[in-house]
Amino acid sequence: MPANVAERLSAVGTANALELRGVTRLFGALAALVDITLTVRPGERRAVLGSNGAGKTTLFNCITGDFPASSGTIRFFSEDVTHFPPHERIRRGLRRTYQISALFTGLTVLDNVYLACCGISRGRFSLLRPRRNDALVASAENLIQAVHLAGVRDQLVSELSHGQQRQLEIALALAGAPRFILFDEPAAGLSPTERSELVEILTSLPAHIGYIVIEHDMDVALRVVESVTMMHNGRIFKEGRPEEIESDPEVQELYLGGGHHG
Amino acid sequence: MAVEASRTSGILPASAPAPTAASSLPRYPALWLLALFLLILPAFGSDFVLIQLFGWTFILGMIALSLMFLGGYGGMVSLVQMTVAGCAGYMVAIFGTSAVAEISLGWPWWLAVVVAIVIATLFGTLSGALSVRTEGIYTIMITLAIASAFFYFTLQNYSIFNGFSGFNAVRVPQVFGIDWRAAVPFYYLTLFWAVIAYLAVVYVSRSPFGLALQGTRDNARRMEALGFNVTAHRIAAYAFASVIAAVAGVLLVWHGGQISPGTAGVGPVVDILIIAVAGGMSRPIGPFIGALIYVLLRTFALDVMEAVGLDGKRFQLLVGVGFLLIVLFSPDGVLGLWQRWHRRFLAPAAPPARGGVR
Repeated sequence: MPANVAERLSAVGTANALELRGVTRLFGALAALVDITLTVRPGERRAVLGSNGAGKTTLFNCITGDFPASSGTIRFFSEDVTHFPPHERIRRGLRRTYQISALFTGLTVLDNVYLACCGISRGRFSLLRPRRNDALVASAENLIQAVHLAGVRDQLVSELSHGQQRQLEIALALAGAPRFILFDEPAAGLSPTERSELVEILTSLPAHIGYIVIEHDMDVALRVVESVTMMHNGRIFKEGRPEEIESDPEVQELYLGGGHHG
Repeated sequence: MAVEASRTSGILPASAPAPTAASSLPRYPALWLLALFLLILPAFGSDFVLIQLFGWTFILGMIALSLMFLGGYGGMVSLVQMTVAGCAGYMVAIFGTSAVAEISLGWPWWLAVVVAIVIATLFGTLSGALSVRTEGIYTIMITLAIASAFFYFTLQNYSIFNGFSGFNAVRVPQVFGIDWRAAVPFYYLTLFWAVIAYLAVVYVSRSPFGLALQGTRDNARRMEALGFNVTAHRIAAYAFASVIAAVAGVLLVWHGGQISPGTAGVGPVVDILIIAVAGGMSRPIGPFIGALIYVLLRTFALDVMEAVGLDGKRFQLLVGVGFLLIVLFSPDGVLGLWQRWHRRFLAPAAPPARGGVR
């Protein structure tokens, strides 16, 4: 293990955050992802756009290992994680949020965030309750502040509004020391006010944390990223800077003209 | 008393202002009254009440508690808990002393008990390892298969388990000059371990381990995405539950003085599930309530049937109908009934119960 850690430490700063080579994911005969090759630098912020069924969420599932890739390799900060189970990838600094909130509805907000902090710590199996000045509890409290949920800290998650649940979803992904985050439609179902709050949360993340965001709302997506990947039918269709993508006639034909742009 | 586990709000109960309960010293009057009642019961209870009613209730309650821990917090319905207890009971008889002198090794009681608990815990953990990758009905099937296999193995193996007759005259040891086999000491012995098991489950349910277990119940995939190894966590939960079931198993063999394949047959295995469900799986007190109802029905159903002029041999009918009624009127057993009643009449603003099986 120590050699591994040293390897990872030396890789930081030189390697790419994410490197996908020829990643394909099949569901039976259906190819949800076809030969995806993608490189993301550390700290880079990128949007993945595409119509429904383009393979965006499957791409996330392959990167995190929720669904392993059928073929191809995935490197995370130069380490080959293709065959790692999800929790091993998470412990290396990868995080994700879910399109449909995946929270622990029977627990309080604080418990949810505290669990997220435990997940990447050594105290996962601790049978001892945290003490008053526990570091993990403190970091959980900070995260709750950061996503503006301090007022509902002790409420059950099932009692939160949709917008609050989306914010909690982000808090869970920020726990520990994330190096790279995958946001799956963080703005889904949010009001305009909540959207601008989301933009503020995303843009105020520390600069070393890169992310990929799947977002249909171009007003949100293009304000929080520096590069864009367009997907179509499981393949990468175009890559470029936001303004290039926005003005690309093919993209407009395929996506923006399709009625998604509100 | 059932409020006990629920109103500890979050991982830092003390720092959070309790929204409803008055925070003066006798916070849970029902709990304190119950504790007092159980402590002074030997002053007026007969030996029959102490051993056959309450001793048995505590033991069955502990076994059902181990199922409640797995089912209520982990969403895993394990039918192997009675078998783990039976395994511990057999090991006490095999390593310790019994009337079957040609098999029993006659080790000192404390060594036999420790070895029995360790072996039964390993057995329960291994059963967990076999079943945790499955969900719902498949978990039930696999654990039932293990329980049945254990039953038939003990029935047919004569060299170690002494087949159909099993072991009898498994005595409770005399320690510190006290005859623990006598009614009052044995009552306190079972009460002590039941309280320890109860408090352990209450405490652990709010620890990182217990919270994470509830997380795997609510959303296993998200737990993986938070860095938890869900499989390892579930197996660890089986290990924890097995310790409780194993301790109860030692008390079980001491309680009856004998153990045979029927102790952990399919009937008793299912009884534990009925006890946990009828009592309520959302809180650790539920299994003890279910166990008390079960013991009362089993003990008095025959007399009740005969009193109303029915054939006493059909007492199982009354037992079955009793549990059917409870489950019919409340999905969360007696606990659910109590909560509904409590909310309606005593505390209209009481918050909803947390946890529970889905």
